[in-house]
Amino acid sequence: MINLNAGAPQGPLSEQWASYKSGCKLVNPNNKRKLDVIVVGTGLAGASAAATLGQLGYNVKVFCYQDTPRRAHSIAAQGGINAAKNYQNDGDSVYRLFYDTIKGGDYRARESNVYRLASISPQIIDLCVAQGVPFAREYGGLLANRSFGGTQVSRTFYARGQTGQQLLIGAYSALSRQIAEGSVTLYNRRDILDVVIVDGKARGVIARNLVTGEIERYSAHAVVLASGGYGNVFYLSTNAMGSNVTPAWSAYRKGALFANPCFTQIHPTCIPVHGEFQSKLTLMSESLRNDGRIWVPKEKSDVEKLRKKEIKPTDIPEERRDYYLERRYPAFGNLVPRDVASRAAKERCDAGYGVGSTGLAVYLDFSAAIKRLGREAIAARYGNLFQMYEQIVDEDPYQTPMMIYPAVHYTMGGLWVDYDLMTTVPGLYAIGECNFSDHGANRLGASALMQGLADGYFVLPYTISNFLSSEIHTPSIDTGLPEFEAAAKSVRERLDSLKNTNGKESVDHFHKKLGKIMWEYCGMARNEAGLNKALGLIAELKADFTANVRIPGGLNEYNPELEKAWRVQDFIELGELMVRDALQRNESCGGHFREEYQTPDGEAMRDDEKCAFVGAWEFRGSGSEPELHREELRFETVTPSQRSYK
Amino acid sequence: MNFTLKIWRQKNGADKGGLVTYEVKGISPDSSFFEMLDMLNQQLIGQGIDPVSFDHDCREGICGTCSLYINGRPHGPLKGVTTCQLHMRSFRDGEAIFIEPWRCGAFPVIKDLIVDRSAFDRIIQSGGYVSVNSGGIPDANAIPVPKHDSDASFDAAACIGCGACVASCPNASAMLFVSSKVSHLALLPQGRIEAERRVQNMVATMDSLGFGNCSNTYACEAECPKEISVANIARMNREFLAAKVFAEKEKKVSFSL
Amino acid sequence: MALAGLFLVVFLLVHLGINLLLLANDDGQAFSAAANFMGTNAVIRVMEPVLFGGFLLHMLFGLLVSFRNRASRPVRYQHKSLSETSPLSKYMFHSGIIVFIFLVLHLIDFYFIKVGLVAPPAGVERHDFYHRSLALFADKGYSAAYMVGFLFLGFHLNHAVQAAFQTMGFNHSKYTGAVKAGSTIYSVIVAGGFMIIPLWFMISR
Repeated sequence: MINLNAGAPQGPLSEQWASYKSGCKLVNPNNKRKLDVIVVGTGLAGASAAATLGQLGYNVKVFCYQDTPRRAHSIAAQGGINAAKNYQNDGDSVYRLFYDTIKGGDYRARESNVYRLASISPQIIDLCVAQGVPFAREYGGLLANRSFGGTQVSRTFYARGQTGQQLLIGAYSALSRQIAEGSVTLYNRRDILDVVIVDGKARGVIARNLVTGEIERYSAHAVVLASGGYGNVFYLSTNAMGSNVTPAWSAYRKGALFANPCFTQIHPTCIPVHGEFQSKLTLMSESLRNDGRIWVPKEKSDVEKLRKKEIKPTDIPEERRDYYLERRYPAFGNLVPRDVASRAAKERCDAGYGVGSTGLAVYLDFSAAIKRLGREAIAARYGNLFQMYEQIVDEDPYQTPMMIYPAVHYTMGGLWVDYDLMTTVPGLYAIGECNFSDHGANRLGASALMQGLADGYFVLPYTISNFLSSEIHTPSIDTGLPEFEAAAKSVRERLDSLKNTNGKESVDHFHKKLGKIMWEYCGMARNEAGLNKALGLIAELKADFTANVRIPGGLNEYNPELEKAWRVQDFIELGELMVRDALQRNESCGGHFREEYQTPDGEAMRDDEKCAFVGAWEFRGSGSEPELHREELRFETVTPSQRSYK
Repeated sequence: MNFTLKIWRQKNGADKGGLVTYEVKGISPDSSFFEMLDMLNQQLIGQGIDPVSFDHDCREGICGTCSLYINGRPHGPLKGVTTCQLHMRSFRDGEAIFIEPWRCGAFPVIKDLIVDRSAFDRIIQSGGYVSVNSGGIPDANAIPVPKHDSDASFDAAACIGCGACVASCPNASAMLFVSSKVSHLALLPQGRIEAERRVQNMVATMDSLGFGNCSNTYACEAECPKEISVANIARMNREFLAAKVFAEKEKKVSFSL
Repeated sequence: MALAGLFLVVFLLVHLGINLLLLANDDGQAFSAAANFMGTNAVIRVMEPVLFGGFLLHMLFGLLVSFRNRASRPVRYQHKSLSETSPLSKYMFHSGIIVFIFLVLHLIDFYFIKVGLVAPPAGVERHDFYHRSLALFADKGYSAAYMVGFLFLGFHLNHAVQAAFQTMGFNHSKYTGAVKAGSTIYSVIVAGGFMIIPLWFMISR
């Protein structure tokens, strides 16, 4: 049994990070130049880390699968970024942001990490403004804020509906500056297919050059994974088409533990699925819930007529509408956290009140807000989102309510990391969505951007020096070492075997099947029987994939099908681990809702006695079952309570 | 719906390439342009033909990965959207659709419809940032910015770096891209500090990479999926002229401790 | 190029003003006086080489930019561009060439005669532009070619004037509309003004 110790400093929460920073070991500038660091991924976490490490003087090699770092999927975050600035004087504080995040995460996150995150949050805003991020402002020239789900203060900074884009451009600019200065080398269009471990420490990666197909080796004194989340295991998600688990999964297979894989966030406000051919789900920012009211009809007869398009939603009078979030959660109303909003939508649709041609949609209605504030005010707040909606659905949300349904959006699970953000493999770090740390079982809106940037700009640069300080005598790692040789060989063999399968079905065929299994049995609601069934189905799918996948094109050329095949193979294995994790967690918490554990009125029932732990899985070889390790969560500052948003 | 597709196929950068005709049938008007191409590719894989390679990622119009010159227009016939936001209902049933890669000497073709746009990265590396480190930053509200400037800056910063401006420009000029970055930072007090250096360096890099010159056709503005205004180009010209005329020579300072 | 172009824009107005004097029913007295003034005034004499320089620069830059622009897209599109553009802006090179040809012929007809490079037609004194003009406009073919030349100059100017403002960095949310309208009005006045003269002679005969 691995002893999972986060290693947070002793003392009160509010002093831990300061005491860590005063005590951690530093590397002097002359030595930094001799140390190489690999950063995988160029989203908010990766780009900010690579830029900061470069600025500090390390030799950084940064990798992305996209053609340029600026395209990483952080760019798609719409709503905003939280920070405990209390600019609105509405009672916000570091403690309150910390508390909201712990509570929103349903008490399944580590107090020390979350407190550090909350305390760093104000600095992020300062830095981003200095970089030229054009956040929304008031006429007085100061920054504007909006409110977000799961909180009672306005602490979200935003740049229209494109906050992620603007923050990523800020980080990308900082990264570009370091590339120009020569401290960072960029390797674009590369897939990282393996992590190389030498003498127990992470010392490099094996990459596939996506343009030439070449298998390349890169070495470093430490490796940082910032490769994002694994939502694409569901096939349909709001993630980018290329988002994948591969770097994290290769780390898992090399000994890093994978924590809480079953914690996936289903975002309540996405555009509903409309057909078999669909490749991707589109998110409508949660900020819409600030002004939109969610409802379904009260009467089944109205539902029938709506589905047959005999009547329009605007024909249904106020008294025959069920504003179910306002009804069930009067205190928070339409602003309940994401997991609660998603489950409530599913509950209504399962009960037969869903609208749209598939019956899997609810209304998000702006007519009251338009009446109250005027069309212009609504257009100013959400214009681009409304436009996007109309573009996809061909309906005008100013005239008729939007239709929305929950969709996979974010994964709270990820590589287990300690207080230093280091995995169980020395020298291997995981930051941003790629790690499991800060969001517990459910992430609050506008917190992902905060975490990615906190990790990259302000946490990792300190914690990695603590590790690298003991590496100053280690010369550059030779990529000719047998460990690199072996890793490159196994990558080549796996590529060969994929290519040589010569089966009948395309990669997408298997990916879609996997997605359906995961959504059906390991999605918004799970139960023991379903999960056990899923284990069998995934095993069948895995065998089918191995025997029947067909990949056209060659190995030594640009070959998107080959890229997908590798990723999907990893997703199939990950899917199995997610199901196992969901099976072992005998409670309902946050994004993980086990039907066996609910209150009579359908609320999630947590089990703090038995389940207040992080479930971290250890890979035990391809043929054997993974082993579960537990990191007990101790709540010394906040007292876990049943979350209530009523 | 059924379509005849005329798609540029090119094995790699060295290959000459040419248009190849494919037929797709039974496409839903609600499917996106890429979902239509996905279906074509599934069909091609079934027939043992190498599927068509094209750049795409977020499929929600923000990452800027997607390109495609569709029937003589970058990102297809609709205004203000990227190719991934284009739906087949925007085409006539039975229509012939030409699909070509972005064309510019500075954007060489990698395969089929995929081009290398790293020239844009090089332009940003030559000055598209504010030179601040991640420590010692004043409080965010210590730098008030007039709302109007902040909004105008955002409008310019909305650029997704897709390259449609270059693709649509009869001269393959990158002025809209470069000027959007110059404007984004020049409009903010944080960015003003090194504005003169920035505009000169970025323009010099742009010129060195083989993009054409601006002849004010405004095709870029008409095709920009984020509808970025050519007013930014004028602003860049203004900044550039002023910097060329008024900026002092840069002094090389050497010192020893 | 824009700067040289804007300089030419001023010249065209002066030239038009003088030419319109041809229409005065005074047997060419006003026109000849103005032509004489232009031919002898010291300032104008100094400006003449500057003007030629302006033309040359404008054309030289135009050519350079056009070649560079063509080179920046070595492989062309198969489908013709359907992007919306500022009217005729894509054809500045073409309209420029047509205007250039017209300009050369025009110089041969007047300027070269004046400076003695070309012998004047029989019966016309080489400084007498008035009768020279009357003689040329009597030829319907010449008048038609003259009008076509100015039609293309009009097209060229319609885009050029506002584009020159844009290139010089002038684009303002309040005033750019006026600049664009002004550009169109200017091009109509110049092209129309010059074209009225042969039309007038055709009608009045």
